[in-house]
Amino acid sequence: MTEIQMTVNGKAVRGTVEGRTLLVNFLREDLRLTGTHVGCDTSQCGACTVHVNGVSVKACTMLAAEADGADVRTIEGMAAADGTLSNLQQAFQDHHGLQCGFCTPGMVMTAAALLKENPKPTEAEVRHYLEGNICRCTGYHNIVKAILAASGQDVSAIAAE
Amino acid sequence: MPKDSGIGASSKRREDIRFLTGAGNYTDDINVYGQAYVHFLRSDVAHGRIVSIDTDAAAAMPGVVRVFTGADFASVGGLPCGWQVTDRFGQPMQEPAHPVLAQGKVRHVGDPIAAVVAESPEQARDAAEAISVEIEELPAVVDMKAALSADAPKVHDDLTSNLCYDWGFVEENKDAVAAAFEKAAHVTTLELVNQRLVANPMEPRVAVGDYSRATDESTLYTTSQNPHVIRLLMGAFVLGIPEHKLRVVAPDVGGGFGTKIFHYAEEAFCTFAARQLARAVKWTSSRSEAFMSDAHGRDHVTKIELALDADNNFTALRTETYANMGAYLSTFAPSVPTWLHGTLMAGNYKTPLIYVNVKAVFTNTVPVDAYRGAGRPEATYQLERVIDKAARELGVDPIALRRQNFITQFPYATPVAVEYDTGDYHATMDKLEEIADLAGFEVRLAESKARGKLRGLGVNCYIEACGIAPSNLVGQLGARAGLYESATVRVNATGSISVMTGSHSHGQGHETAFPQVVADMLGIDESMIDIVHGDTARTPMGMGTYGSRSLAVGGSAMVKATNKIIAKAKKIAAHLLEASEADIELKDGQFSVAGTDKSVAWGDVTLAAYVPHNYPLEDMEPGLEETAFYDPSNFTYPSGAYACEVEVDPDTGRVTVERFAAADDFGNIVNPMIVSGQVHGGLAQGIGQALLEGAVYDENGQLLTGSYMDYAMPRASDLPFYTVDHSCSTPCTHNPLGVKGCGEAGAIGSPPAVVNAVVDALRRQGHDITHIDMPLSPSRVWAAMQGE
Repeated sequence: MTEIQMTVNGKAVRGTVEGRTLLVNFLREDLRLTGTHVGCDTSQCGACTVHVNGVSVKACTMLAAEADGADVRTIEGMAAADGTLSNLQQAFQDHHGLQCGFCTPGMVMTAAALLKENPKPTEAEVRHYLEGNICRCTGYHNIVKAILAASGQDVSAIAAE
Repeated sequence: MPKDSGIGASSKRREDIRFLTGAGNYTDDINVYGQAYVHFLRSDVAHGRIVSIDTDAAAAMPGVVRVFTGADFASVGGLPCGWQVTDRFGQPMQEPAHPVLAQGKVRHVGDPIAAVVAESPEQARDAAEAISVEIEELPAVVDMKAALSADAPKVHDDLTSNLCYDWGFVEENKDAVAAAFEKAAHVTTLELVNQRLVANPMEPRVAVGDYSRATDESTLYTTSQNPHVIRLLMGAFVLGIPEHKLRVVAPDVGGGFGTKIFHYAEEAFCTFAARQLARAVKWTSSRSEAFMSDAHGRDHVTKIELALDADNNFTALRTETYANMGAYLSTFAPSVPTWLHGTLMAGNYKTPLIYVNVKAVFTNTVPVDAYRGAGRPEATYQLERVIDKAARELGVDPIALRRQNFITQFPYATPVAVEYDTGDYHATMDKLEEIADLAGFEVRLAESKARGKLRGLGVNCYIEACGIAPSNLVGQLGARAGLYESATVRVNATGSISVMTGSHSHGQGHETAFPQVVADMLGIDESMIDIVHGDTARTPMGMGTYGSRSLAVGGSAMVKATNKIIAKAKKIAAHLLEASEADIELKDGQFSVAGTDKSVAWGDVTLAAYVPHNYPLEDMEPGLEETAFYDPSNFTYPSGAYACEVEVDPDTGRVTVERFAAADDFGNIVNPMIVSGQVHGGLAQGIGQALLEGAVYDENGQLLTGSYMDYAMPRASDLPFYTVDHSCSTPCTHNPLGVKGCGEAGAIGSPPAVVNAVVDALRRQGHDITHIDMPLSPSRVWAAMQGE
């Protein structure tokens, strides 16, 4: 067993984990931050995406012990303290970028990382960046639209309803 | 002017708030104090006799509470099948037992053999590896036709063969159909495969069984689309727990697509084990486990023949299908290739004579059952591909050939039992031509060519039967359940409303759309209305969500209950206003006396109902809460026309979807934004089937596509923006909302559009290709171009 500590969504936390404990399980079980989801076991679906030291990471592919000392942000840390949704989260709601919601935390975290790297991505760049995030409900149309809208680009030409 | 609330408004979804902030309550987020965890040991061979299972070492490992095997379930019922099909000789289908844990034999890779319950998931998994199982491997049967040969190994030793049933529909028309083929001017034949798919909702299945010794009550939290169905099946047929002692809760569920309808062994296990151990038992599926335990979809092999006269009218249609059931009968499996497929073979067309034959076959594979569209994608695919082929053979435009044969008079009684209430197929085709800019195809074709790419256009129609279903009718067809829906509308004293619905939302946005309807009826704000769903302790008995039925059937129950509320509320208002009930009008949340300015607000009436001081107690009970059950009188029949344009790389065979347009007729629309989203998702699954997906077994029954490494899920970069339109609307004639259901249409109508487009692209390049089986992977398309 290993003692670890890290900052999660701005709060200092500590825990005791096995060597094999995944970061996603530490977040979900030990910290009870269940917004980060497990959707696969081959590191492809992206539902577990979080930010570790400012970089988007699949929490299923990182050991909790590897995140010792890190600054971690999860979906629970994306809205303001008073609950106001971030620009990106609001865009997802405005443009119906989610249906069952299971892939959504990962989509938001990945999209946030994209917009930090590339503030005005093209449609193709958005689609390519989302290669590591699988959605089964939306067909991606409204997810891509939401991300483009969140970047401040005009999405009125993209069919809505 | 688009509405901003009520029916027809694209109200933003309330459920988004919790999903976007990580506050969703999915089943894996639920933890019961003191819970234990279970890990299932599953067969890694497709077929074998269990010689011995030694669990002693496992039971002694750290943290292990108990190890279960099939022997522990000897006095427990097997998983039931909810639909009995009668074969074309009038005999019931062969119906094998389906034990919770394997007894005697294992019959597919993934068949659960033992279950380890331990204090942590890791300890359960570690201990499962210490179980020693001796299996005498038997030859596996995977191919359906091979499974029906005389010397094929039997999946179930107590059955006469691997044939579940040989179904004919309509059997009495078989000879007339044959005669029509004899004298046809032209016959087009096509053999095609509707390949096995894995639904893969992003949330894997989870079950948490709990038990209270104090009250002798069991609670099951489960990722289900229909908690009441699970309660009935599991309680009555498997575990013998009376319904009033069994609560089933389906909280937030991360997608279903049909695969979360069925009652699964893991649910029964967790409920049973919790009772045995007097503590909660939790199971969380891994994705790899899902591939070998979630019901698969589709898996039909079909030969279809279309007969035409000299004027290109369709005169007869005949199909022969092998439908894979897998190793056991999943809950609704027998109905999918029969009643949900055969009855759609008329499609949008006036074909007068149709005969459908289906042989359902057991194989050593994961059970197959309904998956988005459930039988209708299979029917549409066959029909729309053979029509496309016929058009080419006859040298006729594929749209013109369809239009010529469209049904135009409604109601229309098809030769395959269903009666379409209303539709306008010319209108949706006109709309498609416009929104897909078919006229501009030639220009785009030239542009693609200039970039060295082939380009093709594929068009098709579809119709589907959903909003399932009239209970009497399905009962006659072998259903062991009714298919009504329910709603209790509970108005509170201060005017807010809870609608308890038997429907279940796992992405469809009911928490937003259902209140829109009630708000519209009462003229009050949507925010005053909440729905309650997914908990058998809190909602009336309902059949759940699948088959595009929630608004059509669940919404209708809600409308019926709300109408009862309105009737009673008017009586109360009449009393308060000292007027006659017949003179009371309800508009914008105000009850007024017609022709006067005397009115009383919604809140005044609701308060009066619960504080009945000025109230006709001699005539009427206090309170304002009404329940309704709604049993539909027919299916609903959404229809549409789809167009797909693809580019094909001539060097690699890689296909990209450049454009996809869908013109759908869903009748009345409650929330246009949600409807479009449903179509988008369906299109992605249909395009995924056409180009990417496919569950593959080798000849030994090993599942080669066992994870996302091998099963190609569509990603954002595989798909374009879609153009969807649902302005064509012929409202359903038989439900109060006039809605038809939209959840599956996209997955039903899209595969033929894509395949038609690829065939078109290759033929324009001079390749003499009539068909390529799905998925149209680069290697398959490339091989077709080489003439292989």
